[in-house]
Amino acid sequence: MSVPLSHVLIVASLMFAMGLGCVVAWRANVIMMLIGIEIMLNAVMLTFVGGSAHWQIADGQLFSLMLMALTSAEVSLALAMVVYLHRRKNTVNTDRFDSMKG
Amino acid sequence: MEATLFYILAAVLLTGTLLAITARQAVRSIVYLVASFLALALMFYLLGAPLIAAFEVIIYAGAIMVLFLFVIMMLELESPEKLPKPHLKNWLPALLLAGAVVGSLVVLLCSRLQAVPPGFVQIPVRQFAFTLFKQYGVAVEVVSMQLLFALVGALYLGRRK
Repeated sequence: MSVPLSHVLIVASLMFAMGLGCVVAWRANVIMMLIGIEIMLNAVMLTFVGGSAHWQIADGQLFSLMLMALTSAEVSLALAMVVYLHRRKNTVNTDRFDSMKG
Repeated sequence: MEATLFYILAAVLLTGTLLAITARQAVRSIVYLVASFLALALMFYLLGAPLIAAFEVIIYAGAIMVLFLFVIMMLELESPEKLPKPHLKNWLPALLLAGAVVGSLVVLLCSRLQAVPPGFVQIPVRQFAFTLFKQYGVAVEVVSMQLLFALVGALYLGRRK
């Protein structure tokens, strides 16, 4: 395929910027913040795969595989915590989670 | 042909992500995100990573997003109109940050001419697996331990008193 690496990097950085904007704009909603983190991690994976294809070594693909494992662990813990917090305070609004003692 | 497909997929990806982060309800946002991740998986395939493309579909679009959907539906959130929506005041710093990223991108692209790309080459699965288990065998073990810890932690957080 004849797409320059810089175009892949442009797409990835635009996606990363969108994820960053999602986290910052929806900072009152835990679930939307997690979605923004997912978007950012996917942009990073696209960067890794693009670099791996550009330099023709498998390491970039491998790190995106590691990133996937990391993300699945992170999401499972974070969503378990969201369920736990929702059971306590009956909301997902981050402004309500302002004390360490429930 | 492949380059055209790449740009179409990039358009689908960016549109889907934009719709996902501006959607009013979390469920719609998840569905848009699934579409954009499927486009991303195809893009991985075009970039010569068939295994990563398959894992993207199976793990991301299949498992993680369904987990999100499951939690959102399980929580019985109050009606979406009552959830706090970001106002213009909240979007402003987000737009500022995204604008900084895009601006630095523009500066970077204008500052230097691009070399002629050598073109992407498919990396065979054999090479991928060889690198994974030969060079990064310890990392695979560490990742498996991490997944186990995440499982135990999620079970601990989710138990009923």
